Amino acid sequence: MDTTRTKDIYTEEFLINMGPQHPSTHGVLSLELKLDGEIIRECTPHIGYLHRSMEKIAENRTYTQFIPFTDRLDYVASMNNNLGYVMAVEKLLNLEVSERAKYIRVIVAELNRIASHLIAVGTFAQDLGAFATPLFYCFREREKIIDIFDRICGNRLTYNYIRIGGVQFDLPKGIDEKIKEFIKYMRPKVDDYDNLLTYNAIFLARSKNIGVLPKDLAINYSVTGPSLRASGVKWDLRKDEPYLVYNKFEFDIPIGENGDSWDRYKIRIEEIRQSLRIVEQAIDALPGGEPAVKVGRIHKPAPSEAYFRTENPRGELGFYIVSDGSMYPYRLKIRAPSFSNLAVLPELVKGVKIADIVCVLGSFDVLMGEIDR
Amino acid sequence: MRPDEISGVIKTKFPQAKEEAGTNNIIVPKESLLELAQYLKNPPLAFDNLHCITAVDRKEKMELVYILYSICERHGVTLKVYLTPEDLNVASLSALWKSANWLEREVYDLFGIIFSGHPDLRRILNPYDWKGYPLRKDYSNPELIPKPRL
Repeated sequence: MDTTRTKDIYTEEFLINMGPQHPSTHGVLSLELKLDGEIIRECTPHIGYLHRSMEKIAENRTYTQFIPFTDRLDYVASMNNNLGYVMAVEKLLNLEVSERAKYIRVIVAELNRIASHLIAVGTFAQDLGAFATPLFYCFREREKIIDIFDRICGNRLTYNYIRIGGVQFDLPKGIDEKIKEFIKYMRPKVDDYDNLLTYNAIFLARSKNIGVLPKDLAINYSVTGPSLRASGVKWDLRKDEPYLVYNKFEFDIPIGENGDSWDRYKIRIEEIRQSLRIVEQAIDALPGGEPAVKVGRIHKPAPSEAYFRTENPRGELGFYIVSDGSMYPYRLKIRAPSFSNLAVLPELVKGVKIADIVCVLGSFDVLMGEIDR
Repeated sequence: MRPDEISGVIKTKFPQAKEEAGTNNIIVPKESLLELAQYLKNPPLAFDNLHCITAVDRKEKMELVYILYSICERHGVTLKVYLTPEDLNVASLSALWKSANWLEREVYDLFGIIFSGHPDLRRILNPYDWKGYPLRKDYSNPELIPKPRL
């Protein structure tokens, strides 16, 4: 054998930076990949590009002033963020809101969950190469929810609607018809996604058995939300630690079998259906009364602390608030679901092909706004 | 298990752990944190999920807060470790719960608490060359513009 020639040909590991500006990283996330040919040997995420020091800002804002900042955490599910923060403050203040406010909160939170899952589904399909069509369909449906929110509170993306003591405004006249119309419109559309994507052969081939997250690993990494349920863990705070009026509604908790990327996608599709059920029941049972209890704008909770977590579209969002008796929080910690969900990524992509990291990352539906805070 | 039952079980097993006044939070001396964490992770209490780690700068002391849940047993507990500002070292729990890896990095980044035994203690939210620990109460930065208070 001619050794002089083969000496020039060798293989070695190759470092590549995916992001921070990359269409498939869903925001400014940088993944440092160590590659062996097409196979990923090691993945190191670098986060913090969107760090706005929300927790430090909170220490200089009153409790009410911080609500708009929570909109900017998980900016595709702002209602749910408002809700999580406000519920934590109310726990700190021992404040009980009116029954009507609870129903309105459930309605807007579930509508926002649908909007958020639509983005997750659309961008996931886009990541897998279903170029533009599913994404446009999802955005078309999401637009209807945004129109509803526009009528309810005047904003389209960052709502600042759920306030300490209730909600900002009562529901406008005729909005219940509009929401019912939307539910009627949305149900067949979800079936359309099933026909178009869920059982599509190419889609299945790209996402089945990719990035399998076993049950115990998911719990150990504190993965929450749809990603946890896709691994077969039946855990949803709306059922297991019911807050607001979730215990009054009938809905199912969909769970997956394998914990692969397809399961994580499928759970979101099913959750859209369940959220539609909740909204429908809530609209029918909407009680009368005041949408908010009268509280001042300045709150001075007694020196204490409170931790409250809610089921966000991406997982469990927790707020840990420490009060020192003044009108500013002494310390506010945001436990972001995407933060823990992203931490498991390096474990899952070891040994997969570089094209599949896009699939695994997309299926977790992480959002950098709440990871970096 | 109810919170008071959990703290009862912990206190009989670990007499050095105390209950915080008015709450069911457990205050652990930092020397016995790792041992207690190991006990909590296994049955009967089976805390399989380390949900959140954070710290509170109380000026005279640093308060480290661990929020744990058990998905199989459906209960939760909050552990607190008090550190003096002179000695901000504590054992890492990342060998028991992998979620501790990033959560401890975040606490290190923002408060400067050193988790000994952590596999990869780097900054996570701030740039790697950042000076100081922003969430400490005495942190100052010339670029930080104080907001006029109400």
